[in-house]
Amino acid sequence: MADVNITVDGKKVAAPAGTLLIEACKSAGIEVPSFCYYPNLSLQGACRMCLVKVEKMPKLQTACTTVISEGMAVSTDTPEIHQARKSMVEMLLGNHPLDCPVCDAGGECELQDMTFAYGAAESKFIDIKNHREEQQWSPVVYFDRPRCILCYRCVRVCGEGMDVWALGVQNRGVSSVIAPNKEDHLECEECGMCIDICPVGALTSGAYRYKTRPWEMRHVGTTCTHCADGCKTTLGVRRSDTGMEIVRGDNRDKSGINGDFLCMKGRYAFDFANHEDRLTQPLIRKDGRLTPSTWEEAFELIGRRFKEIRDSAGGQAIGVVGSTRTTNEENYLLQKFARVALGTNNIDHHRTADFPALAAALRGKPEATASMRDVFKAPAMLLIGNNPTEQHPLLAWQIRNNVRLHKARLYVINSEPVKLRRQAVNFIQIPVGSEGNVARFLSGDDSAAGSISNPTATRDAWVALRDKLRGEQNLVIIFGSEIRGEDIASLVKFGSAVPSAKFVCLSDYANSRGAADMGLYPDLLPGYHPMSDAGKWRDEWGGVPQTPGLTLPQMVESAKAGNLKAFYVVGANPVGRLGIDAFSFSQRFVVVQDMFLTETALIADVVLPAANAYEKSGTVTNTCGDVQFLQKAGEITGAKSDFEMTVRIADAMGFDVSKLVPFSRGTHSDMGQSRGAQSGEVDRHGVWLEAQGLEPKMSPFDPTAILDEIQRLVPGYGVSRANLLAGNDQHTTLSGSGAGVQHDPALIAPANDTLFTSGTLGRYSRALNSVMENRQKQPAEEVAAD
Amino acid sequence: MADLVSHPDEVRVVSRRFGQGAADIDRYLQLDGYKAVQKALAMQPDAIVNLVKDSGLRGRGGAGFNTGMKWSFVPKQSAKPKYILCNGDESEPGTCKDRLIFEHDPHAVIEGVVIAGIATGAHAGYIYVRGEYRYLLEIMQKAIKDAYARGFLGKNIFGSGYDFEVYWHGGAGAYEVGEESALMESLEGKRGIPRIRPPFPAVVGLWGGPTVINNAETLASVPHILLGGAEWFAKLGPPKNGGTRLFCLSGHLNRPGVYELPMGYNLKKMIYNVGGGIPNGRTLKAVVPGGSSCPLLTAGEIDVSMDFDSMMKAGSMLGSGGVVVVDDSTCMVKFALRIMKFYRHESCGWCIPCREGTDWLDKILVRFHSGGGLRKDIDNIQYLSENMLGRTFCPLGDAAAMPTISIVKKFRKEFEDHLDGKPCPFEKAGAAELAMA
Amino acid sequence: MKFSDQFEARFAEMLTHYPTKRSALVPTLLYAQDEVGHLSDEVIAEIASRVDLTELEVRNVISYYSMLTTKPRGKYNVQVCTNIACLLRGGEELLEHCKGRLGIGNKGTTQDGMFSLEEVECIGACSWAPAVQVNYAFHENLTTEKMDKVLDAYNEEGNAVGKWLTWSPIPMK
Ligand SMILES: Cc1cc2nc3c(=O)[nH]c(=O)nc-3n(C[C@H](O)[C@H](O)[C@H](O)COP(=O)(O)O)c2cc1C
Ligand code: SF4
Ligand code: FES
Repeated sequence: MADVNITVDGKKVAAPAGTLLIEACKSAGIEVPSFCYYPNLSLQGACRMCLVKVEKMPKLQTACTTVISEGMAVSTDTPEIHQARKSMVEMLLGNHPLDCPVCDAGGECELQDMTFAYGAAESKFIDIKNHREEQQWSPVVYFDRPRCILCYRCVRVCGEGMDVWALGVQNRGVSSVIAPNKEDHLECEECGMCIDICPVGALTSGAYRYKTRPWEMRHVGTTCTHCADGCKTTLGVRRSDTGMEIVRGDNRDKSGINGDFLCMKGRYAFDFANHEDRLTQPLIRKDGRLTPSTWEEAFELIGRRFKEIRDSAGGQAIGVVGSTRTTNEENYLLQKFARVALGTNNIDHHRTADFPALAAALRGKPEATASMRDVFKAPAMLLIGNNPTEQHPLLAWQIRNNVRLHKARLYVINSEPVKLRRQAVNFIQIPVGSEGNVARFLSGDDSAAGSISNPTATRDAWVALRDKLRGEQNLVIIFGSEIRGEDIASLVKFGSAVPSAKFVCLSDYANSRGAADMGLYPDLLPGYHPMSDAGKWRDEWGGVPQTPGLTLPQMVESAKAGNLKAFYVVGANPVGRLGIDAFSFSQRFVVVQDMFLTETALIADVVLPAANAYEKSGTVTNTCGDVQFLQKAGEITGAKSDFEMTVRIADAMGFDVSKLVPFSRGTHSDMGQSRGAQSGEVDRHGVWLEAQGLEPKMSPFDPTAILDEIQRLVPGYGVSRANLLAGNDQHTTLSGSGAGVQHDPALIAPANDTLFTSGTLGRYSRALNSVMENRQKQPAEEVAAD
Repeated sequence: MADLVSHPDEVRVVSRRFGQGAADIDRYLQLDGYKAVQKALAMQPDAIVNLVKDSGLRGRGGAGFNTGMKWSFVPKQSAKPKYILCNGDESEPGTCKDRLIFEHDPHAVIEGVVIAGIATGAHAGYIYVRGEYRYLLEIMQKAIKDAYARGFLGKNIFGSGYDFEVYWHGGAGAYEVGEESALMESLEGKRGIPRIRPPFPAVVGLWGGPTVINNAETLASVPHILLGGAEWFAKLGPPKNGGTRLFCLSGHLNRPGVYELPMGYNLKKMIYNVGGGIPNGRTLKAVVPGGSSCPLLTAGEIDVSMDFDSMMKAGSMLGSGGVVVVDDSTCMVKFALRIMKFYRHESCGWCIPCREGTDWLDKILVRFHSGGGLRKDIDNIQYLSENMLGRTFCPLGDAAAMPTISIVKKFRKEFEDHLDGKPCPFEKAGAAELAMA
Repeated sequence: MKFSDQFEARFAEMLTHYPTKRSALVPTLLYAQDEVGHLSDEVIAEIASRVDLTELEVRNVISYYSMLTTKPRGKYNVQVCTNIACLLRGGEELLEHCKGRLGIGNKGTTQDGMFSLEEVECIGACSWAPAVQVNYAFHENLTTEKMDKVLDAYNEEGNAVGKWLTWSPIPMK
């Protein structure tokens, strides 16, 4: 469609037909102020801050509701307009408490900014301000009515954006007040979007309120670690006794794959980082008890024992379990360490999705995976299995908003009446466990129709649905871990019949996808290369054990049988989460790296305190395959990154670490550079070196050193480094992957987390726990839109 | 129930059947009832629209928009159903005319709704009656039921092949809901928050369908135009101001009441002849010419013709027909305060200038009237009102600002007389008035 | 929750008036209030479920309309208009008189639950000012003496039918 031409303050501006005047002005670099206007939410025209002069119109017009038309001539800054805005601010300030010095929003408040811009310095009012007491609506949401300017952003984001509809407006006139759905409290998904979107300090966060002044924080843009969606988040970090304290998670940088969005976990559940149960010292079992030790003692012991066992019983006597929370660099390093230093393929992780099957099915199919951004743009989406509202809050947000804003068609097939059915043009409920049959039916196997048909979804209805789906273009097919193995192949076969179909395979943890991509499999090298296809790796690493190693259950069996003698667990809790038999490991040498004394750490001989994702830099890959950078926010005294610990163990084994991490030759002297007071220093160096065209290879503990190797060798990861470091998401596809291998579907164990639980981390989040407790008191119900 | 009055200058068109039992359908039929709609059924829709346009009928709800013109904005083709919505929310202070129409001539409103429907191609109409008028809602319910029973409503009305449904709907107390877009929200079961325009109701209205919204008196005039002709109706008033109006005379008058007078009737005459002049030997101080939203006129400004255009020229508005007469015993600060209290109470709260502006004006006026006023308050009152004017989301903000600005401008001295802690100079006089009542 | 047959008939009819259920909300709330006396939590829950809305949404609507109340009121709600036309003809004095006579303030309820008092905005009786509405019944051209008679009559009627706990839906002539 041809652009519409208008003039704004004498400047010629062209924008697509249908553009709102306020957006057209913005695109020309002319800022029209507003409180109530918020992109992608319904229009209000309520705050009147955006009044502008449109030629031939007698009255000032609201730029937020005016659609541009050809030849429109607009002034945005006349004395009349300035006066209009000034008076709006004056009237607002009349009843505003002006408690800015203690208000959480002070310094980050749109009302302050507007007052500054339009100068309502002198008050015309001497009468008493209207007052109401502050209310606590949930463990994490507080509401202070006098500060509220009634822009209704909160109401809209909760309803339109979240489909929760927990906020309303009550009374009228100056008595109008934002009200929660349960009269004096909220019952909702606790996403905190209302707090984030509030332009003033009316809605404040129970986790952050009165903790700090905004300018006392450092703002670190990084990636959330709770689920596999990978929201970009900005951590507000402050120094504290223990090194650092994260005081806020929010969304200042709306450039990420999540735009505005963060869920309850992303917004509040960073507090596990400062939990008093965090391990800060290595522990060594002495006389049967885990006793604090020095790092040197611990590394020396581990190095010595690993070496002894490897040399005496061979690499197959050692088992390694990697993490779905650690970075790609750490995962890559760990499997390389296992294969190269320990000499074993016995490496596995907590699998929550069948990525190898998808990689195999998509081999040679470029652009067949959908990024999180694609989900927001696709004209049609098919969701089979999973409950994204609970397990993939960002994905659910993108799906909902794609439907709302772009009129995308959503098809939902699930064994439960999941909440996203409300956005669906077609929802079909199927028997539990029949998702695979759906995949087979879609691929053209009509014999699969019987088990999924019922009186409300007849065979004919299924056939009609399949025809309709085949008629879609750019369909994004999203499936949960219910679909595995052969069924994934079927689904991909069906997708081949749809023009430009793309896939999203849903896994459960922050770096589940990265763990799979990096080859934390006993029979797959990075990039899903089977052992039979190890050429590239053998050349690079100078040797890889030939035979596939043991899966986690096989390691347990092997330990029971007395063959497995050492067990190295990094950032995983197989005893607690996968219910493996802890007793099998008695008499075995067990090393655990973790933040907390988990069930697995309790059986260890050595426990090493690990840094979490907020305390280190690196990359993670979300369930869609979007690679993002983790920016170190700070650190808690005592913990080390898993990366450094693995390198040090190799070093203690007498292994030449430069064979592990390709850092610059002879630079042992700068060990520790990535730590200490200059947290984040290496990353800045990295950016600088990159800008100079130099390779950022600083120290063996610098993960960017191994990122080079990953980018060079792992298919799909050859993305722009500069973009990554700048905090941009980069999509990787699986098309260049190896052929994979067929895995036993039973090896996949979904986390089954909910909105308010999050694996190991959630247990240590006070914010999550307080919300959980509160909800147990008041069971939630699903609420309909109006 | 309300008393009826009469005056020789009256020209009875809309009030023709008042007091004659026309709420009864048989009686209504005897008094030419339902003839106009049958005539309309035989006409081309465009011809009806043009007839109403030519009659010079202008909206009786306050804004005075040409009714035929409004109807012509309804698109001929529409994917969504079209609707007629009769605005019977009558809440403008000083106005009590639609009440009489509903009470004495409910079928005329129904007939007007049906004719508007035929003219615009709508097949359903809603009659919204303010919640306080419960007894009128009951009268209306009966009238609608009777009309259905006779086949005047529903499928195939009057055997014409045209279907038309009419429904009643009751409000629950909210002035703002009289504003046309808030009225639709209210009818849809929501808070009475006005809608963003454009789109205008004629294009996107009730449940998204094109909707004509007219005041009850406007619609009750329509059947008379169909029977009497455009020319006859137009000639009742001055150019472009066709017909008559129900003027609600109230306040300090000897003979308050609702009188039907031709458009353009002289205000002074209205006060002194029709309304019987000011009682108790008092003299006139001010007039609210068309409901509390209009700028006030002083005693010296009342020699004006009561039609939309002349009133605009006189710096006020014809408004809703509520003429409130104020004598010299009245404190204008108090009067301004009472008006502001109303708008503060009725502001829907949606937009800043109206919500906050009415609150602050009310606070300042309360303090000012009680003797705590400062000189700068007078300017502040003016400043706040002027900064509300033309900048609010809907005209309610203007309605609050306009009378206030006019009172401060025209009676500034009375404000000054309240300064320096002096007691209200009118308090005594007011009390004396009560004793006489 | 049980409403009268008349309510049910009206509600059923209203649902046929509109393309959406919630359109019947405002009149339905008023009719329900007439029967129960106020919009209790129970009434709100019931009506919300009938029109497929959340209770929050129903409360949002209730709180907007000045005739709807979630708090119990007296059997007779005396609504005194003090808007301009009534103001000029003694509306405020009438309100003061009622306060004194009933011994309650604005929005108060007498101890016996017989009367509530409310200062209201224009009720559309300007030409017959000052005016008062008792429940739905208009009383016009009032003086303090006439007001006393009106209140006496209600008191008598109220006592005659016994002490109702609910708000009388029947407007007295
Ligand atoms: C605040 C406000 C209140 C209004 N109240 C009423 C009312 O009670 N009755 C009415 O007919 N029009 C009222 N109007 C005017 C309506 O918006 C609308 O113009 C009118 O119903 C159109 O009908 P008409 O063209 O026949 O006058 C009000 C307007 C505003 C801004
Ligand atoms: S709480 Fe905040 S976001 Fe919500 S309406 Fe009030 S000021 Fe706006
Ligand atoms: S002012 Fe009292 S009824 Fe109108």
